[in-house]
Amino acid sequence: MKVIKLLTVSLILIGLSGCSSLGSSKKDTDAMQNGDVSIEDRNADSSGLEGGKAYGSDMNGGEKQVIVGEGGYSDAQFNDPSSPLSHRIVYFDYDSSTVRPQDLPILEAHAAYLSAHPNATVRVEGHTDDRGSREYNLALGERRALAIRQILMLQGAGINQFQVTSYGEERLAAEGYDESVWSQNRRVELTYLGR
Amino acid sequence: MTKRWLIALGLLVSVASWQARAELVIEITGGSEAALPIAIVPFGGEGVAPEELSQVIRNDLASSGRFAPLPKQDLISQPHEQAEVNFADWRLLRSEGLLVGKVSSVDGQTYDVQFQLFDVYKAQQLVGKRYQVPASGMRRLAHQIADQVYQALTGEIGVFATRLAFVTVINNADGSKRFALQVSDADGANPRTVLQSKEPIMSPNWSPDGERISYVSFENGKTEVFVQEMSSGRRDSVAAFKGINSAPSWSPDGKKLALTLSKGGNPEIYVLELASGNLSRVTHNSQSIDTEAVWLPNSNELLFTSDRGGRPQIYKVSVDGGTASRITFEGNYNSSPDVSPDGRYLAMVHGISGKYYIAVQDLASGAVQVLTETGRDESPSFAPNSRMILYATERNGKGVLAAVSVDGRIQQRLGEAGIDVREPAWSPIRK
Repeated sequence: MKVIKLLTVSLILIGLSGCSSLGSSKKDTDAMQNGDVSIEDRNADSSGLEGGKAYGSDMNGGEKQVIVGEGGYSDAQFNDPSSPLSHRIVYFDYDSSTVRPQDLPILEAHAAYLSAHPNATVRVEGHTDDRGSREYNLALGERRALAIRQILMLQGAGINQFQVTSYGEERLAAEGYDESVWSQNRRVELTYLGR
Repeated sequence: MTKRWLIALGLLVSVASWQARAELVIEITGGSEAALPIAIVPFGGEGVAPEELSQVIRNDLASSGRFAPLPKQDLISQPHEQAEVNFADWRLLRSEGLLVGKVSSVDGQTYDVQFQLFDVYKAQQLVGKRYQVPASGMRRLAHQIADQVYQALTGEIGVFATRLAFVTVINNADGSKRFALQVSDADGANPRTVLQSKEPIMSPNWSPDGERISYVSFENGKTEVFVQEMSSGRRDSVAAFKGINSAPSWSPDGKKLALTLSKGGNPEIYVLELASGNLSRVTHNSQSIDTEAVWLPNSNELLFTSDRGGRPQIYKVSVDGGTASRITFEGNYNSSPDVSPDGRYLAMVHGISGKYYIAVQDLASGAVQVLTETGRDESPSFAPNSRMILYATERNGKGVLAAVSVDGRIQQRLGEAGIDVREPAWSPIRK
């Protein structure tokens, strides 16, 4: 059941990215500035994930209270390798800020979590490989982070749940001179500041 | 932003002027065929001074690639003033220039220095001067004498008495990094740390009077532009808006900074008037990355990098805004523009098939020449005499600095063992 829902949302997203090049540089800013559209989309998406309402909300005394509803995600799943929530890094092609289709389930999971936990906040940190201009890469890293934020917002997360930062090529995940290294560096990292 | 800048209390950052561990050493990796033979005679009495003046001068002139100083053992005699010079001797050695001088201690703290530069074939003095300097000023004086020799014999302004700013990165044993903004003499000597941080430092840029440096620091978890006064270490945060605050570039009059800010949702070029804090937006292209603005010497126009055409290229725009015009057309990646102080050349990072080189474009003709070879070259910065371009590259997995002449014929490397060096900026000429 859950798998089917995820697949459905994936297909919707792939469809979106097909017709409006979702996440690409040119459309990012349009959607960002067009707040009404993203709010409508957000409602539509979150209503498709009704299980979100069943999440446990608060934590007391440092103990995490976990209540899992159908189709929902628990805090424990942040550490469960089989859960998409355990994946908090999304990778990009060279000089691109377009999210790859295979990463969409990861983003759906985070969007669902954020939507169900309106007090949760996440740091969205954009990075690039270390070739070319540092300043251009700083901007490219931000563009990647904003592309991720846009997808998460389209699926129900609120704009106040994000802290967007770019490090450009200043914080490499790996160092070296071939594509296997560069591809590890072209990334956006999601870091939950509060869950 | 208030009218007065906020004084930043950089808790993670310490402003200091302690000595760095290692010095950059200039190594000529390719020289001009037309290097001018010159005889530099050890200055009389220079052993009393803390610096061997003639050695500093010799190194400066040799490292420029424009001069071929005679080996010390070939010097026929050791004159220290004109009366002791036999020009016929020096003509035999085919030396075109002859530099002599002497040093004496005035009071143990201050030194009396005099030098004379001769045209050997005309048997004429070209320059002759006398100075009194403190011990701490000896090295700078040597660079100033080298500048005068350079100018007298080449007709171009010398830049040996200028400084370099650059960022160094040290990997600590615990996996953390230590970033430092350093300033050295133009020959890499005398490096001193002017800012140290656990977080990245980027894009140092000198004010036109050489008194201040603007740069980007991540010390507060995101980009922020600072201006730091070199003499006092006082630093002010001048841009800490939401989003990117980066790519500072001083206007020719030193009163404004061009900046990249993404506070409006997209990286755009702005101009900040430092005294008032007034901010004016220059670009309005919400679909593209616009960044890395630099001023043309006319103060009315900026060059900047934009991917509005799909890939990064260099564009020109009026400081007052308006339509930008593309000026680079060769290759599908051109970024990091720097304009020569004489306004003739654009230096840039030029990408070819995923490799990045330093290239120079003649702004009048549009002709492009690729100057470097490693494919990992970045951050070009013109010398204040418009002759050389300092840039960052990599050797043996470490960031190093290198320089190349605008015609590509002279190549220098500035190596510092074990420390990543990047983001060089060549200072203006000191007044």
